[in-house]
Amino acid sequence: MRDSPGLKPLFRTAAVVLALTLTTLVLLATKSPPLAAYASIARGAVGSWSVGSDVLVAWVPLLLVTSGLLVTFTVGLWNIGIEGQITSGAVFTTWALRSFQGGSLDPGLAIAFAVLAGMAGGMLWAMLVGALKTFGGVNEIFGGLGLNYVATAVNLWLIFGPWKRPGVASMSGTVPFGRSYWLPTVTEQSRFAPIAVVIAVVAIAVVFVLIQGTYFGLRLKAVGRNSRAAYLLGIPTWQYTMVSFAICGLFAGLAGAIQVTAVYHRLIPSISSGYGYLGLMVSMLVNYSAALAAPVALFFAALNVGSIQLPIILKMDSSLAGVLQGTLVLFVLLAEGVRSRVMKKGGSRP
Amino acid sequence: MLIELRDICKTFGPVRANAGISIEVASASILGILGENGAGKSTLMKILSGFQLPDSGSIILDGEAATIRSPADALARGIGMLHQDPLDFPPLRLVDDIILGSKGRLRPDRRRTAKEFRELASRFEFDLDPEAYVDALTVGERQQLEILRLLWLGARALILDEPTTGISLPQKEKLFATIRRLASEGMTVLFVSHKLEDVESLCDRAVVLRQGLLAGSEVPPFDTRRLIELMFGKEVPQSPHLRIARGGEVLSARGLCLDSLRLQIKDLDLSVRAGEVIGLAGMEGSGQAIFLASCAGLARPVAGSVRIEEREMTRASHHDFKREGVAYLPAARLEEGLVPGLTLEEHFILAEGRRGLFIDRRSAEIKAASRIASYNIKGRPDSPVEELSGGNQQRALLALLRDDLSLILVEHPTRGLDIESTIYIWSKLKERCAQGTAIVFISSDLDEILQYSDRVIVFFAGKVSPPLAAESLGVEELGRLIGGKGWEKFEEAVRA
Amino acid sequence: MSGDILFLGLAGVLASAGPVVFASIGEAISERAGVINLSMNGLILLAAMGGFAMALATKSVVLGFVAGAAIGGAVAGIVAFSSITLKQSQVAVGFVLTLLCRDLSYFLGNPIMGLPGPRISLAPIPFLDGIPVLGPLFFRQDVMTYLSFVLIAAAWLFVNRTRPGLVLRGIGEKPAAAYARGANVGRLRYLYTILGGAIAGLAGPIYSLSIKAGWKGTISGLDGIGWIALAITIFGGWSPVKVAMGAYLFALLQWLGLVLQAALPGVPSQVLQVAPFPLMILTLLFVNLGNAEWVATALARLPERPRRALARLLRATNVKPPAALGTPFEKD
Repeated sequence: MRDSPGLKPLFRTAAVVLALTLTTLVLLATKSPPLAAYASIARGAVGSWSVGSDVLVAWVPLLLVTSGLLVTFTVGLWNIGIEGQITSGAVFTTWALRSFQGGSLDPGLAIAFAVLAGMAGGMLWAMLVGALKTFGGVNEIFGGLGLNYVATAVNLWLIFGPWKRPGVASMSGTVPFGRSYWLPTVTEQSRFAPIAVVIAVVAIAVVFVLIQGTYFGLRLKAVGRNSRAAYLLGIPTWQYTMVSFAICGLFAGLAGAIQVTAVYHRLIPSISSGYGYLGLMVSMLVNYSAALAAPVALFFAALNVGSIQLPIILKMDSSLAGVLQGTLVLFVLLAEGVRSRVMKKGGSRP
Repeated sequence: MLIELRDICKTFGPVRANAGISIEVASASILGILGENGAGKSTLMKILSGFQLPDSGSIILDGEAATIRSPADALARGIGMLHQDPLDFPPLRLVDDIILGSKGRLRPDRRRTAKEFRELASRFEFDLDPEAYVDALTVGERQQLEILRLLWLGARALILDEPTTGISLPQKEKLFATIRRLASEGMTVLFVSHKLEDVESLCDRAVVLRQGLLAGSEVPPFDTRRLIELMFGKEVPQSPHLRIARGGEVLSARGLCLDSLRLQIKDLDLSVRAGEVIGLAGMEGSGQAIFLASCAGLARPVAGSVRIEEREMTRASHHDFKREGVAYLPAARLEEGLVPGLTLEEHFILAEGRRGLFIDRRSAEIKAASRIASYNIKGRPDSPVEELSGGNQQRALLALLRDDLSLILVEHPTRGLDIESTIYIWSKLKERCAQGTAIVFISSDLDEILQYSDRVIVFFAGKVSPPLAAESLGVEELGRLIGGKGWEKFEEAVRA
Repeated sequence: MSGDILFLGLAGVLASAGPVVFASIGEAISERAGVINLSMNGLILLAAMGGFAMALATKSVVLGFVAGAAIGGAVAGIVAFSSITLKQSQVAVGFVLTLLCRDLSYFLGNPIMGLPGPRISLAPIPFLDGIPVLGPLFFRQDVMTYLSFVLIAAAWLFVNRTRPGLVLRGIGEKPAAAYARGANVGRLRYLYTILGGAIAGLAGPIYSLSIKAGWKGTISGLDGIGWIALAITIFGGWSPVKVAMGAYLFALLQWLGLVLQAALPGVPSQVLQVAPFPLMILTLLFVNLGNAEWVATALARLPERPRRALARLLRATNVKPPAALGTPFEKD
């Protein structure tokens, strides 16, 4: 039974409207002016060059992570371990830079190697989850969750232990790297590195082409939708599972590496900043297809950055962004559920 | 309890599972219900036991009309069903399994229940310990547990669905003794089976279902021939067999031993030559499926060897078998054979294998269109496969096969298909035979088996017949073997 | 370290484990029925904030706890609706809700952050707290800690010794069989998911009205407790008593981490803090190793003696999840 093409966007629009309504209600419940809040977020995101570039800075890791997650979602996996993979990438990058620092290697090359090390670190962490699943039968949700915590623990241990600042260990992270080891930014003060944006856009483009246009991508889809049939058709399913973990880990590690080399220039306790989980949300919202990933990620990044000012200007908590994002995804999910149930009841079987 | 089913009808989509069935069962009697796969037995029993509601018709218990809305409802009225795979709870203790679902106080008196259980078990000479765990029991013991539970809950009618599958001979004899005893004490028993000997030795009366209708009713002494004729229909004159030149050996199984949850196959020997068609007959769950899977590397043999064209393949993976030119087509087309959500074109791309990194959509579409045309599939390259009809899905599965295969293993090639599709599918398969491909197929349709096979192998409860020439095999003989009769001559031959 | 301080510390462990006990048992009940409630972490935060807000507004601690339970039940209700009625992925909805509820709690809780509010007080039981050793440990606690002890016993009794408890185990194990025995699987799954959420929802106010009174936003130390509860549910084999033991073990390790940090500065405290998670992974490994094919083939290659011993070890450590966990139930 074919379901009418006009129905899907109708349900989605309804979901968006409901999400906005609920968020507005939440605002009213705390006696906060909704319109002022939305306006403040908008201004906080696009009001000036400075915040605009901050949005782009936030967009980069989010887009990278989403690109990787789309690969794992295509093959049917819930890679909740993505946060740990970002952290792992950041740790490896920091380790590499610390080793090169003060040495004779050209800083540009050092950064490049460090980024590669970060990608390797993320890939390693992801493949751990994959191995636990493939050989140990451990569900990737719990394996990933557990390894997230382990990665955070390792990170904290390094920051407060072997890599701590001389004197007193500090929550602000390890000793910052010298300027020459920073990814080139637009100006001295800015955190915006154009090369990072290029990398992120290339990443999503690569994933789009990979999934839509290559044999590999088609096989991923097959494994994700019916792994038994995929196996019978000759696809080595467990290998594809491992490879997609590796690819996602690569992107996550890359995100972590960029956070270290371009944004913070050191390792900090919350280096992954929740981008991993946010990436999962973006993926769910775009229904796991790469076409809309970049704009939706940009929108989510804008929400995050735009709400930073809320506590200062309107005395509201900046988690309003999270509320907006969460209600959007929740209602889109529920709308999809309602739609498919309505379709099943209304239609007749052939 | 006197059970009357009047004019029961149930339709699933285009299939009429029950087309107006009327049966009467008296108390203190054992009624056998026979029929081949798809005859409508399980649907009828599901209706009686509350798992399904009939579209029309009525159920009358002890003279009063009854609407049975759920399994619990059925049990409340005294009708209990013993499923082929008993619906019990493996991690629980026996006594807890019995208590689950029963009515009573908040805190069940486990000790008293255990005592009552022990008494009931000893009455029937069952050796069950109420404190043991369900997952430690054999299939036969789980059946005993379920029977006891139904009795404990006051069942006055018992439906047994293929109960003798997967239990040992002593357990079967004990089961039959139990059934006879229960019947003598007033129980109404419905005994659903495909095993002729069991029905003939146990039942007071037997009804045969065929294609959703009641084909006939017989009383002892049973005439096996008549029962088979009712179950499978009359002889159909066959089209003459095409003689195709046989080539070298393609598949060889020697001393193959296979183990599954319910049965064991021992010492299977088979040699299949190029261009041959071997039909595997037998009721579902008799061993054909696991044997077929082992020929494709999808089931690991416990002992023995499998060879493809002289190559030792016993421990090889399914993908190794594919590389040797073996193809496996599963019966569940959409669940195991095709990927819902992908289009026909994408399936062809997947089947073809890799040609570089990027997919050339243009040429893929052209290739897909040509395959669709040559297999007469009613669909376009961009049709999602779940939208195709069953017949077209099967054609698609065939179209996905490589051109130069040495062996095609297919489970139920024409199940659920109309005549036209059936004839077309077989014409395509026969084309392959002419090119030297061997075919081994499973089917529940005796006519299909006899018409298209060169040799037939019959499976019954893990027993395997030697390959029999299809030309000299008739429906009656085949039906007899499927029902478990006439196997002595094979055993004698082996001993000789 | 003197004996008194040791016991004081242990008493504190029992108290600080309270929220984890509530959260883990709540999740265990939900999963026993077959529904994974991944929103646990956000649910507890929201309940903590909401409970505190209610207590602040009504000056009643009791109402605060009621509000916490109600919030927990409501969030779990969304999970139930989405997975049972709409048959959507339990993981997807649970995951979104955990983030959403967390953000909601921070946002809605902003105005009341840092405000002092009512808190429950210590309620020693007059005669029993005089018992040497055990007295101060078990009977000089606050109401909610006593309730946590009662909960463990009640949960165990319910699941293992009552008729409805048996049915609960049945619907998570083989819903088709439970249906055949007369259980309304859908309705019961709703019931137990919401009940589990309500019980877990009590964990929140225990924090904001007792352990770390007040709503402190991001530094409340409560963030993460839901994930830990999920881990402990698995580690404790979905059984109330073992799950509670897991919760106490976790609290003990936390306490040891603080104690040892002063004594042994070289040992990373993070190791003990993340202990539940590697333990959970190990548990899951053992669950599946018993069934993995490569294990079976590897085992078959070993000589008789070590093979028997290893097989026995695998069977003993085998913890079985409810077989139908995470799968929707269709009547036909």
